[in-house]
Amino acid sequence: MCLRVSEEEVLGIVLEETNGSVDEKIICGPGLRRNGDDVVVCKSGVLRHKNPNLYWVDSQQRRYVPVKGESVIGIVTTKSGDVFKVDVGGSEQASLSYLAFEGATKRNRPNVQVGDLVYAQFLIANKDMEPELVCIDSSGRANGLGVFGAGGLLFKGSLGLVRRLLTPQNEILKDLEKLYPCELVLGMNGRLWVRAATVQKTLIVANLLESSENMSAQQRRTLFKRVADGNL
Amino acid sequence: MEVCSSDGFNVTLREFGCEQCLLSRPDGSSSFIQGDTSVLAAVYGPAEVKVSKEIYDRATLEVVIQTKVGLPSVKERSQEQCVRETCEASLLSSLHPRSSLTLILQVLHNDGSLLSCFLNAACMAFMDAGLPMSCLFCGVTCAIASDGQVITDPTATQEKESRALLTFAIDSTEQKVLMSSTKGSFSVHELQECIAISQMASEKIFQFYRESVQRRYSKTL
Repeated sequence: MCLRVSEEEVLGIVLEETNGSVDEKIICGPGLRRNGDDVVVCKSGVLRHKNPNLYWVDSQQRRYVPVKGESVIGIVTTKSGDVFKVDVGGSEQASLSYLAFEGATKRNRPNVQVGDLVYAQFLIANKDMEPELVCIDSSGRANGLGVFGAGGLLFKGSLGLVRRLLTPQNEILKDLEKLYPCELVLGMNGRLWVRAATVQKTLIVANLLESSENMSAQQRRTLFKRVADGNL
Repeated sequence: MEVCSSDGFNVTLREFGCEQCLLSRPDGSSSFIQGDTSVLAAVYGPAEVKVSKEIYDRATLEVVIQTKVGLPSVKERSQEQCVRETCEASLLSSLHPRSSLTLILQVLHNDGSLLSCFLNAACMAFMDAGLPMSCLFCGVTCAIASDGQVITDPTATQEKESRALLTFAIDSTEQKVLMSSTKGSFSVHELQECIAISQMASEKIFQFYRESVQRRYSKTL
């Protein structure tokens, strides 16, 4: 495959195939589309490649589009009948059934109020149907999903920031661990929730995360050091 | 001033400037400057849409043009239609059915070639918002002076003295004309000459897009 990797791609470019083997299968990630026999770029960003055959375009985006299997932070907006309507920041509100919580039955309803934060996973998310969330996994256990949020701060970042924070062994979280102990929930829809020992520390951690998006590693380390020394 | 001449055509465009992601609230924003003409574009989407406006298989695109002074008039409405048609042709709106895409264009200063500046700012804003597109588009304005000479990217005074003003939206994959908006009288030969000149000018504009995006993503590499 003749693909330019780690170069900025601008739209409409057809990624050409050389005389590679016909049996070769490539997996097109976000930002790439199949157009008959060609693979076409449909978002602008950096083309990335992971062995053996995965290609995708890394783009900076702020608006979330629901994808099946992703865990997001939603805000409950209405209770109607047997279903909650949850705002996930997409083009439509997602629905969350009463029964999709651990240990919930028709008699034993979960304690969810309008305005609560829920950490849930998409069960159904495609462009044609209303998205559906669940707070249990396939075996019926909560596994970290559910209602949360007392005493913390919810704020919005870009989708790229959340993805960076979710990569294993990433530097931002490592630097943050040395700073204050805090609880962090990251939703793939660009929403972050933070709770630290005091309100001031919570605000400091929130501001640090927001600003670390646009900083280089060196600038970030200097800033964290300044905070650790108590000079901010 | 960038000058490029080939095949006897003299394609001169004013100096370009562009900035992306400058507004914090919209999903995508950009500012495009051509000489003294300056436009700010903001994109919101895919977002919630009113049931009366939703389309079952495509996104609903809405374009709003705000002038520097005064309320929008019929002229702005017709410019909105031109921009809307171009955007509909290049956005993959079938990927976001029943949602809305809103494009807001604010005139900061008008010194000629306004419609092509709108198109360029709109394209950069869509790229910034990460909306899926099948191709890029750009706008080129040509003015035909009374002596038959073709001026690309005219200033406001050149536009006033011209006998015809033509704006074309050109796509990036095959340099085809996506939209044309013309004013004044001109012959068929002059129209074809202007289309050819616009296609040549569009290459420079797309090169400029490439460089801007490269600069933007160079931080994350």
